[in-house]
Amino acid sequence: MLERAFRENWGRVLASLVGFLGDIERAEDAAQEAFAIAAERWPRDGVPDSPTGWLITTARNRAIDRIRRERTLAAKTERLQHEFRSEPEEEAMDETATFPDERLELIFTCCHPSLALDAQVGLTLRAIGGLSTDEIARAFLVPFETMSKRLTRAKHKIRDAGIPFAVPPDHLLPERLDAVLAVVYLIFNEGWGGGRVDLSAEAIRLGRSLIELMPDEAEAHALLALMLINHARTAARFQGSELVLLDDQDRSLWEAHQIEEGRGLIERALALHGRGSFVIQAAIADLHLHEPRDWEEIALLYERLERITGSPIVTMNRAIAVAELEGPEAGLALLDRLELAEYRYYHSTRADLLRRLGRADDARAAYARALELTQPGPEQRFLEARLSDLSSTADQ
Amino acid sequence: MRYALLIYDDMEVRDRTPTEERRRITAAVLEVLERPDVAGWLRLQDTESATTVRREQGGSLLIDGPFVDSKDFLGGFVEVEAENLDGALALAEELQELRPWGAIEVRPVREEPGLGA
Repeated sequence: MLERAFRENWGRVLASLVGFLGDIERAEDAAQEAFAIAAERWPRDGVPDSPTGWLITTARNRAIDRIRRERTLAAKTERLQHEFRSEPEEEAMDETATFPDERLELIFTCCHPSLALDAQVGLTLRAIGGLSTDEIARAFLVPFETMSKRLTRAKHKIRDAGIPFAVPPDHLLPERLDAVLAVVYLIFNEGWGGGRVDLSAEAIRLGRSLIELMPDEAEAHALLALMLINHARTAARFQGSELVLLDDQDRSLWEAHQIEEGRGLIERALALHGRGSFVIQAAIADLHLHEPRDWEEIALLYERLERITGSPIVTMNRAIAVAELEGPEAGLALLDRLELAEYRYYHSTRADLLRRLGRADDARAAYARALELTQPGPEQRFLEARLSDLSSTADQ
Repeated sequence: MRYALLIYDDMEVRDRTPTEERRRITAAVLEVLERPDVAGWLRLQDTESATTVRREQGGSLLIDGPFVDSKDFLGGFVEVEAENLDGALALAEELQELRPWGAIEVRPVREEPGLGA
């Protein structure tokens, strides 16, 4: 119970402290201290009426105490005074005080384009998601020290380079918002592709915060919709440890309420006049759940997405829809124009179309190439099964 | 905060640009540098004019040329006073939009006497 309350409050408490102290590391220390005090007191004295306010006030007081102690050590006085936005002693330290939600400012700080993408991802999970450095390191399969260094370097860069703790002005907002959404979607896909469901759930939590904080942003709604609709099929994607394709999935295992929520969010995004890439992706994800699938509409939406993103991966997905509409030959013709030699799904998609055309030798070669690019796991076993099915067939 | 904008030039592209066009670019850049948030700036002569001093085996060694020899070279500095990184980046973007070559690196100025010198 306590752990959940902590996770839910971490982002708000930390953001408020960053705003107050102007330094992310200092804020993190203070927040950690407040949570430790809560862990000791709450089970004994009961949870306060406003846990968030209590945590922020306690953390502020601790930070002030610490800074006072450091001030008496004199050496750093000048720099510390510089770090304060205002003199904290003069502020009311009422535990029932309400504090504005500053998570949005913190999200934009964490996803600032002057930080490396992996640092943005780690920081967002740490600062907003409340994951520990150890949890993040395990989720991304890197050693603890690596992740710890990455986060520390990023925090120092925020401080030294003067990365703002603010919601960007209107002329920068669309671009910066795209960066935030991209980070959240990256976190989601890390959990999805690798079967580490925790990160997907974490990304959905982040997505929920984003629409709470930016209720008028169509793309934020669409991103959450896309994640929910994909996440709804988690249980059906595997049978034991084997991958199950969409057409073969047991629909009764789909989380109907997540799909419904996702559809509602798409509606909302459309009502907000959204026509960005996440709106289109969410609409496509939804279309894939309908039986029979409307390949014409899917191909049309991929074409629109292609125009926005210019991504060859989008063209590859359109080729799949075109293959359904006009036959594998037409899909293959589209694929052959693409330069995606290092992308495993490119080769598995080609292999599937070649197989359907009866070109068994070419299909085998493409499956083999896809396998070379695939890590051990369910996807690898799936491709191996397809390859061995073909080995009993010769070219027709 | 103070920031230094390090103005990098690409010699090949610059030299290919007609003189008239280069004059026009310089004038436009100089106009931006008149702003009150620009605390100062320097334009440097080409790297051919550089002499580099290194310390080697106890004595100094003079080298006839730049420290880093490449077609991209440091062409000047602009000192900017900005509220935060976004302010400095905005000015850098504005300057870079006027220039069809090179790039601008934005670096915060080290204010306290540090250990890195």
